[in-house]
Amino acid sequence: MTQNLWIIPILPFIGFLINGILGRKLPKMIVSLVAVVSVLLSFGWVMKVYLTAGDLAANPVTEHYFTWIRSGAFNVGWDYTVDKLTMIMLMIVTGVGSLIHIYSIGYMEHEGGYYRFFAYLNLFMFFMLNLVLAANYLLLFLGWEGVGLCSYLLVGFYIVKHSATTAGNKAFIVNRIGDFGFSLAMFLIVVNFGTLDFGHVFAAAPGKPTGALTAIALLLLLGATGKSAQIPLYVWLPDAMEGPTPVSALIHAATMVTAGVYMCTRSAVIFTHAPAAMETVAIIGLVTAAFAATIGLAQNDIKKVYAYSTISQLGYMFLGVGVGAFSAGIWHLMTHAFFKALLFLGAGSVIHACHGEQDMRHMGGLRKYAPITFYTLCCASLAIAGIPPFAGFWSKDAILAASYAHAPWMYWVGTITAGMTAFYVWRAMFMTFFGEYRGHGHPHESPVSMWGPLAVLAVLSVVGGFLFNVPKILNSMFPIEEAAEVPWLVYVSVLAGIIGIGLAAYMYVVNLDLPERVTKAIGGLYALVYNKYFVDEVYDATVVHPLVEGSRSVLWRGVDQGFIDGIVNGVGQESKAVGGVLRLMQSGNIRSYATWVVLGSVALVIALGIAGGVGR
Amino acid sequence: MDLFFFLLFAIIAVVCGVNVIAQRHPISSALSLIGVMGSLAVLYLLLGAAFIATAQIIVYAGAVMVLFVFVIMLLNAGAEERTGRRSLIARIFGIPALIALLGVLCYFVQRWFPNAGVVNFDAWQGGSAQNIGYSLFTDYLLPFEVTSVLILIAILGAIVLARKELD
Amino acid sequence: MNGLPVPNGVPISWYLLLSAVLFALGVAGFIIRRNILTVFMCIELMLNAVNLTFIAFANQHRQVSGQIFTFFVMVVAAAEAAVGLAIILTVFKNRETLNIDEVNTLKN
Repeated sequence: MTQNLWIIPILPFIGFLINGILGRKLPKMIVSLVAVVSVLLSFGWVMKVYLTAGDLAANPVTEHYFTWIRSGAFNVGWDYTVDKLTMIMLMIVTGVGSLIHIYSIGYMEHEGGYYRFFAYLNLFMFFMLNLVLAANYLLLFLGWEGVGLCSYLLVGFYIVKHSATTAGNKAFIVNRIGDFGFSLAMFLIVVNFGTLDFGHVFAAAPGKPTGALTAIALLLLLGATGKSAQIPLYVWLPDAMEGPTPVSALIHAATMVTAGVYMCTRSAVIFTHAPAAMETVAIIGLVTAAFAATIGLAQNDIKKVYAYSTISQLGYMFLGVGVGAFSAGIWHLMTHAFFKALLFLGAGSVIHACHGEQDMRHMGGLRKYAPITFYTLCCASLAIAGIPPFAGFWSKDAILAASYAHAPWMYWVGTITAGMTAFYVWRAMFMTFFGEYRGHGHPHESPVSMWGPLAVLAVLSVVGGFLFNVPKILNSMFPIEEAAEVPWLVYVSVLAGIIGIGLAAYMYVVNLDLPERVTKAIGGLYALVYNKYFVDEVYDATVVHPLVEGSRSVLWRGVDQGFIDGIVNGVGQESKAVGGVLRLMQSGNIRSYATWVVLGSVALVIALGIAGGVGR
Repeated sequence: MDLFFFLLFAIIAVVCGVNVIAQRHPISSALSLIGVMGSLAVLYLLLGAAFIATAQIIVYAGAVMVLFVFVIMLLNAGAEERTGRRSLIARIFGIPALIALLGVLCYFVQRWFPNAGVVNFDAWQGGSAQNIGYSLFTDYLLPFEVTSVLILIAILGAIVLARKELD
Repeated sequence: MNGLPVPNGVPISWYLLLSAVLFALGVAGFIIRRNILTVFMCIELMLNAVNLTFIAFANQHRQVSGQIFTFFVMVVAAAEAAVGLAIILTVFKNRETLNIDEVNTLKN
């Protein structure tokens, strides 16, 4: 019995078409209805497939629609497949996605381009679902690129704002670099395996030489660092906060940035047979987690704090993947989707309450003005800090335990990062909700269309960890290893979280001029961290600037204007010159004409003579 | 004897030819040309083309050249002055081109016809009026008729072109 | 006449050489001379040289076709002379000169 998986992505696509083509003329109610209903129906179909498909571990659902590319022996079909991993991703994408769609109705109420926003959101859902449902690398790449496109469109949504469009460009271009790595990986896969289909590749992977697999894995990792904002390609994500907050929640917290983790997990077979690549993944993840956490400590824009937090948490997921705990990584992906989406939506609610203010130094005391936002964000912040029994504790702990088993130093770095995470998240909480209100005007609570999703996500942040035990769910794909129990690991990581919260409370509630004194004391270091270690400036100077200047002077002036235009114009000029010379033969002087005739006839006779004379 | 006559009239022809191009006054050139035609007529006779030889004297030397002389008289053409305004190309390339042409022609003639045969006077009398007439009115009837049209056109053209006489 | 090795005829190639010389003289005159009438006469000289070639070959191959061709050449030359001289008359009427270098309005 076919499950008609194609319905899942098609519904948002239809929403995109309706809103994109007709949205300008439709009233706002219809636009939002179309957008939200399409995603809700998609979620509904996902649930239907889940309930009726039986045991997805034993027989995953696969559907083949048509042959996309056929070239010699190389065959790529438009195939969807659903197994347990896909099912988890589908539920996250459609579930959290529909909540964010509902939220956007309230948030974008007063913004221009209403229909355009929902059209882009639906298009994003379509591509993301394609990415998740894909049964081969090429279709995954299609979704991969598509979500990059939608990210560009949505980050640069405020088209009149220069910083927004620049951020959109940056997101797309940096992603492109990662996509280049992904493309190279796909080429290598075709060369080594002859096919891009997941089933065939993963079946044949164990037999291939390690060198090839390592190369493929490293290139896939390059693609993942672009999409999931890891070192060295993370620089686009903080700038992507220029987009509307629902976009940050959906794309840059819950779904698109997790595509890299999903792809690495899907390619687990390749990675496990390339230990060097796995190690690289773990190191990159860990370094990124720590690095981003330090930057997050000093930021004053609430969205930037959460952006760096996202980069840091993605680092945790990669750490999990790198040490072999794939299901722990996916677990963290799921819980992160809950609490990070909640954090961003809450931030959106806060910004909405403060009439567009994003700087935390101008907020404060919002506890009494926006209580629902406060309580829901408390749940999220406790979850991200790793406090049991909230969601984040289970997944983060699983990753830290696995990393301890792999290499103890990774565990310690991870724990310190967890402490920093707790600190900066609660710093944001205290600065925003406690103390006196430092802004202008009167803040107010958000409408129900906005706090409704917040409430749902808060519940998920609380129970989502122990309710969905992902390693048990994915046991068939990634068997749980019975490692030796080291009991104090859990206590130390929770302690780190509590210390972080306590320190933040002390600095931002109790002793309010301590932060000032600290920043003055470590002046230079603070400036370094506050300016994100000047990474953007370094990239600009070493990569962007030479590239642009090189293009301008060498490629544009040199090659295009000089060489190519030179050839084209030169042909015309040369023709004119040759014509000018030949013209001199037509002197009007009969005797010179006669001379030319004689010379020509001499040449003709000689030529005839050489050629053997006229036939006799 | 054949050789003597050939050499005599060949030399006369060449000398007259040189004269054609060397004389300054056109009338002298015309008279030299008549000399050339006359000696050529004798050579035709040696080659057994009696009819053509006669036609050469009557038509070519007797009519065409007389026409030339009439026109020279009509235009009162004087001796050619040695003025400037010469064609640069002609001055530089003229004589070498001529010598090149001459050399090339002689070379190829010698190469292609080294032992082409020998001409003896009266060895072949195929050019009699009877033979020419026969061939003209059977094998080459069409060109014959066409040339008559050609002559008609030439007459018309000449009349039209020179219609308004010098007043 | 014994003792002297006299050929009993004239080799054909000598006729052809003579024709070549006359033709070359015609070309030279055509290029060198400035008076239109003289140039025209050099054209006639060239035609005569060619006629000689034809007659020589007719003799060699013992065919009368060469002489027929000469016949036609003479006819055409006559027609050409008539028309050409008419043109020269017209040019003289317009330009008052017989200098070939001054008839160059087709220049450039």
